[in-house]
Amino acid sequence: MTTAVSASSPGAGRPAPGPAADEGLARRLRALACTAPLHDLDARKANLAGEYGTYSMAEVALAAIDLVTLHMDFDTGADHEEIVARLLPRVAAQAPRRPAAEHERVARWVLENLINVGSVDRGFRAVYGTFGPDGEYVRRDYDFKLIEEVPGPGGGVYLRTTDEAVNVLVGALDTDVTSAQIAAEVKLEVLVSRGRLADAQLAAEQARYRTVQYAETLRRTLEATRRNVRAVDWLNAVPDMIAEALDHVADRYRHENAILTNIRRARDEAPADKNPDHKLRAAELVDIVKDCIRRHTQLQSRLLEAGPLFRAEQDRQAFAPPAAAIGLDLYGQLLAPLLPLPVERAGKVTDAFFARGTGLRTPAAVRLGDLTEMLLTPPAPREHLGAEMPEPDLVATPDDSRFSEEQMEAARELLELPADAPRRLSGLLAEARRRDPELPYLVALLAVHAASPPVGTAYRQGERRLLFAVDDGTELDDPEFGGADLVVGTALLDAAGMAADRTEVAS
Amino acid sequence: MNEYGPYGGHSGHSGHAGYDEQDRPDGPGGPGTETAPESAQRPAALAPPDAADAARLVSFGLQPKLLPARDAEYAQLLRRYREEPAFARLADAVATGLGLVVLEVSPRAGMAVTAAEDSVFAVRMGDYARRATSDSTDRFLHGLAHLAVAALSFPRPEDLADDGYVGRISVNGVDAFVRQACRRLEERAEKEGENTDPASDAPGLEAAWRVYTRRSATGATKDSRRLAGSTTGIVAKAAAFLADSGFLQRTGDDAGGTYRTTARYQLQVRDMAGSAAMTELLELGVVPVGDGSATLLPPPDPDALEPAADAGLPFHS
Repeated sequence: MTTAVSASSPGAGRPAPGPAADEGLARRLRALACTAPLHDLDARKANLAGEYGTYSMAEVALAAIDLVTLHMDFDTGADHEEIVARLLPRVAAQAPRRPAAEHERVARWVLENLINVGSVDRGFRAVYGTFGPDGEYVRRDYDFKLIEEVPGPGGGVYLRTTDEAVNVLVGALDTDVTSAQIAAEVKLEVLVSRGRLADAQLAAEQARYRTVQYAETLRRTLEATRRNVRAVDWLNAVPDMIAEALDHVADRYRHENAILTNIRRARDEAPADKNPDHKLRAAELVDIVKDCIRRHTQLQSRLLEAGPLFRAEQDRQAFAPPAAAIGLDLYGQLLAPLLPLPVERAGKVTDAFFARGTGLRTPAAVRLGDLTEMLLTPPAPREHLGAEMPEPDLVATPDDSRFSEEQMEAARELLELPADAPRRLSGLLAEARRRDPELPYLVALLAVHAASPPVGTAYRQGERRLLFAVDDGTELDDPEFGGADLVVGTALLDAAGMAADRTEVAS
Repeated sequence: MNEYGPYGGHSGHSGHAGYDEQDRPDGPGGPGTETAPESAQRPAALAPPDAADAARLVSFGLQPKLLPARDAEYAQLLRRYREEPAFARLADAVATGLGLVVLEVSPRAGMAVTAAEDSVFAVRMGDYARRATSDSTDRFLHGLAHLAVAALSFPRPEDLADDGYVGRISVNGVDAFVRQACRRLEERAEKEGENTDPASDAPGLEAAWRVYTRRSATGATKDSRRLAGSTTGIVAKAAAFLADSGFLQRTGDDAGGTYRTTARYQLQVRDMAGSAAMTELLELGVVPVGDGSATLLPPPDPDALEPAADAGLPFHS
């Protein structure tokens, strides 16, 4: 906010208010309008049925905008339910004595009001006045959104914060995306080198907002490129743009890696006893910068995909034999000239297109006799529960397993070996035979399986112990079985260590 | 057939009136064949059974989803239309009398007919979307959705001209495409420092692109259906309606629903809708410049509102 004020104040300060000064004023009025929905939340909370005075709605709203911005991914956006779930701790902290259902109601109310579910456009409108060039005072409508709903790939609805919201949030209005990002990163580097990590974290978070915003802008660009090949100047502009963007990503990547190294050093070298908070902050910072790098990598892979996609589309479109007749260019000659027109006049063109472009409908015609009957027929009662389910006719299938549950249990018990005392297969077989003449077969089977233990599965599932069998060359001396007299034992696995490894790999 | 019964009498009046207004390709041939064939024709007079056949062919044409390849009788009548000029003129006359315009009669498109203006078969905006009658913004958005579906179905002039071309669209794709076009106008307005916020007392003067940008793309509803008033909801309605008209065929559920075009849609857009909208645009004094060829070359004038003008490249400048 302060940026916008200082940037436009020279114009506003002039003694004679002209259109230029007015423009600065209009920009600030619009910036101010973006914060209005947040103030409005606190003003309107009294209208909610119940005692909601204890909740600070503007705080919840800002937290919601924060959460949505950070969860906006390259492809989709933030999930509505997830945002509500993540808001709950903050809401609960504001009024710990209230029931959880009320907390959820508050979180949902705030989020729905930020989307402004009640209005057709699902946005906000502020009215402000400006002086025109001829000194005439005009009232204008400013329409904006804070959180918008966008379609996801699976048909779901996701949330995204708009540029207005991000600008209000980070407090820098009307700034250039690229330069703001560079500024934030330089600031971070300086702060880190001077050891002022508390400020550094703030700067890093700002850098991340900027990164998200930047990725968002590029995503839109690439989407347009993918949709409409002929709409893009593939000779110069697109390759230049891709090269620029790749340079930019490489540059940021180098930058952020340098920062990462620096912070890691700060984290590891900082004396733990002196300031433990310091170390924690550095660790958080590492996560944030890692996230930035991840986003940049994602961006880069998108950029690399653009080229092949273009060539494929160009093949299809440019090298097809030209049609004899040339038709109307629907986009270039109709749609594009239409959009800048005032809606009143543009509507006439779309009306004409609609009237001639929808084809025909055979109107339904009923005889009067049928109509009376139809109107008098009572509506068929709707079955709320659906048709009755027929009782399934179950036939017991004969149990044809080779071994019974009890035998399996006995074999398991037999193979429950202490980790420090492996046993020979011959001994196990002999013991099994004493219990049940069928059991040795099962034991032998399990032992052979253990010769190639499913280590990967055990690792993934975080098992604590694993049965294994090793052949040391001894011949098996048994009346029923031949082969190697395996050494069967139990290996203990480091479950906690494996879990830590897994998260490391996943991150 | 009896469902067309009521129209026989009704269209008799409007049909004659409409017939006079039409450019009369058949001249007096239409009504003339019923009583006496022209002297140039073969002596074989067309009898009432032939009129029934002609009307039957038109009734097939009124079922746009019916394919000639799937119906032996339809295919046989089509062949007769193409081989017997007298029968063809009779069928044309029946169509004209009913308030229909014949676009093409061919094995691929069948008897492609469409409603003439003020015909009972014409689709009215008020029946299409109830809100559109009272709200001019909604009316515009619904019309724009239809135009955008057509523009994306036939992105290049060649595609519209090429009879063998099959276009493919998705609902989300159409919405994103229009949004991008609007965004470019927004960026241009911003660059020129233009204040596009409309005056409060003259909402009709708001730029068309702003109306689209302002409307949300989608929205969560209580019963997890698509929000009807959102732009994807409006585009989805247009696509579903066109599919119902036999103009599009639904191919999948990805990206809000994917569709491919039919021969009839191409004819409808090329011969009816495109030119009608173009005439309206020219009457507004907007003359879109273009030699009809869209190429991958950059346009000579980068400021012209051609699709190739720095499309979606916010980082280039």
